[in-house]
Amino acid sequence: MADITQTRVQATTRTTTRKRIRWDHIADHAILIAGALLMLVPVYMVFATSSWDPITIHREGMQFGFGDRLAENYDAALFEYGGFTDSVNGMTMLANSLILGLGFAIGKIIVGMMAAYAIVYFRLKFATLAFWMIFTTLLLPLEVRILPSYEVISWMNLGNTYTGLIVPLIASATATFFFRQFFRSVPEELIEAARIDGAGPVKFFIDILVPLSKTMIAAMFIIMFVFGWNQYLWPTLITTDESLFTLVRGIRQIVQSYADGSETPDYGQAAALAIIAMTPPVLIVVFFQSWFVKGLTESDK
Amino acid sequence: MAQVTLNKVRKVYPNGAEALEPSTFTIPDGELCVLVGPSGCGKSTMLRMVAGLEDVTEGEISIGDRVVNDIDPADRNIAMVFQNYALYPHMTVARNMGYGLKNRGMDKGQIAEKVREAAQMLNLTEFLDRKPSQLSGGQRQRVAMGRAIVREPDLFLFDEPLSNLDAKLRNQMRIEIRALQRRLGTTAMYVTHDQVEAMTMADRIIVLSNGHIEQIGTPAEIYSNPASTFVAAFMGAPPMNLLNAEAGQGRVTLPGGEIVPQAGVNGHAGAVTVGIRPEDVMPSPQGDLTFNVDIIEELGAQRLLHGQMAGQAFSVAVPKDQEAATGEMRLALKPGAVHLFDADEGRRLG
Repeated sequence: MADITQTRVQATTRTTTRKRIRWDHIADHAILIAGALLMLVPVYMVFATSSWDPITIHREGMQFGFGDRLAENYDAALFEYGGFTDSVNGMTMLANSLILGLGFAIGKIIVGMMAAYAIVYFRLKFATLAFWMIFTTLLLPLEVRILPSYEVISWMNLGNTYTGLIVPLIASATATFFFRQFFRSVPEELIEAARIDGAGPVKFFIDILVPLSKTMIAAMFIIMFVFGWNQYLWPTLITTDESLFTLVRGIRQIVQSYADGSETPDYGQAAALAIIAMTPPVLIVVFFQSWFVKGLTESDK
Repeated sequence: MAQVTLNKVRKVYPNGAEALEPSTFTIPDGELCVLVGPSGCGKSTMLRMVAGLEDVTEGEISIGDRVVNDIDPADRNIAMVFQNYALYPHMTVARNMGYGLKNRGMDKGQIAEKVREAAQMLNLTEFLDRKPSQLSGGQRQRVAMGRAIVREPDLFLFDEPLSNLDAKLRNQMRIEIRALQRRLGTTAMYVTHDQVEAMTMADRIIVLSNGHIEQIGTPAEIYSNPASTFVAAFMGAPPMNLLNAEAGQGRVTLPGGEIVPQAGVNGHAGAVTVGIRPEDVMPSPQGDLTFNVDIIEELGAQRLLHGQMAGQAFSVAVPKDQEAATGEMRLALKPGAVHLFDADEGRRLG
């Protein structure tokens, strides 16, 4: 008897709560939908616009409907050689962006992990000071030090090279900080067990710390890859050779011709290029999403 | 196989705290020696110094006939089992067990063979391909043991290995570890704060308190002849009753005026502490001591009577078939029940 009454009471409470929650949900959803639209409509508009010819776009602005030049625009964006020297097409730029993104992400992870390893596991003099110095560089993004950095790179004759593109951006306070926090949460006994098992510093790092940091590395990789992929200012400054242009840079190049007054810029192609530029980061985030969340929230210990 | 010798080993931390006063003892080859004491007594520090995970401030540690003070942990030929197992979470059981051997440069076939043998010994064969996260606490503990066994060390070091297990499993693992250590005949040092573990497992117990050794002896010696009130109160459950009393004129008198029988005073006079184990007294109408029972605790096999003797807390253990009621009763002492300690320093008298 008691059981039955109890179930009934529970059932009623559940319906009332469900009703109340539903009202809450409407407000929540409205906010979320509004936010999503704000983010997605521009993307859709770029996509729609990428299917039109430049004259229409120039006359009527961005388009909501689809035109008939979708295939041609993408084909041109990817495979037609352009620029002053006719030495660069979309594929080259895609490759360049990929090299920048990967070099950037992998370099940052390696440097960040090794810096964090040194700070956490070795009794260095001034380790804390070193850490805080690295940490304060968060306040000094590339844009702040862009002139001296440019000066150094040009002095080293690294302009128009991948090295010049990637290396100055590799030192990473963010990665160092995240790996430091992660390493500090690795139990002390694991290190001691490894010492007794005869693993020296290098072996411990490679055999134990790196595999343990897998999810963390994945999360860092996503953040850093997207960050590197979207770099604009630095590549613009350091590359004058068109064969080294990245996608983000290339979009600007197409629109640039309008500013030069030479011809009607090929807006359709620019929009297509923008969509192409957006795709790889989106794919990476979609595919590595679960790793990403794991890396930032839980640790496998 | 090796004996372990500590010669005036002392540990002072950089902040000046003395974790261990100079300590000297030898653990003979093949013995299981338990270091027991409350937390902060220096037992883990001692073990970690033998392992090489802590520096030795002064003195010498030898394993076998080799002084190991400056030898790297990996080269001391020891194996350690940690409280939280410290298994490598990303490696399978087999790789966990073989990792130390791999680092020694042993070839793969040989490692696999050794791991298989150890796994068989520990009933882990079917789990060799699992990750530690897929194992229960007891199984993880066995893997940690396995990792220790495959190295064929001179010395096992156990750092509270059973503290993370539930009571039932703990009893079972206690017996397994003991049996395994006997079978392998490897010298072992075992740290615990649990006096039951110490009593049941040890060939020899070292009782530590506040960084110094209170007593070294076999479980029976420590139980029947505690060297101090600290040892008396720490070893044994329920603990020994300690009563303040006065010695003089060849006898020991409790505050209420009752005379404690059997107490040989050896010419000592003044304040003393009388120690009587709860199971060394029995209710008897002709008994010499008065005991006021306040609470009766049923333990199944026996009953514990808690109350007052001469105005001080006192407990008595009686067998389950003996009736007991609250109120006043007379107690008689079994032969050899009385232990006498110095009242100030707690040292045993006579």
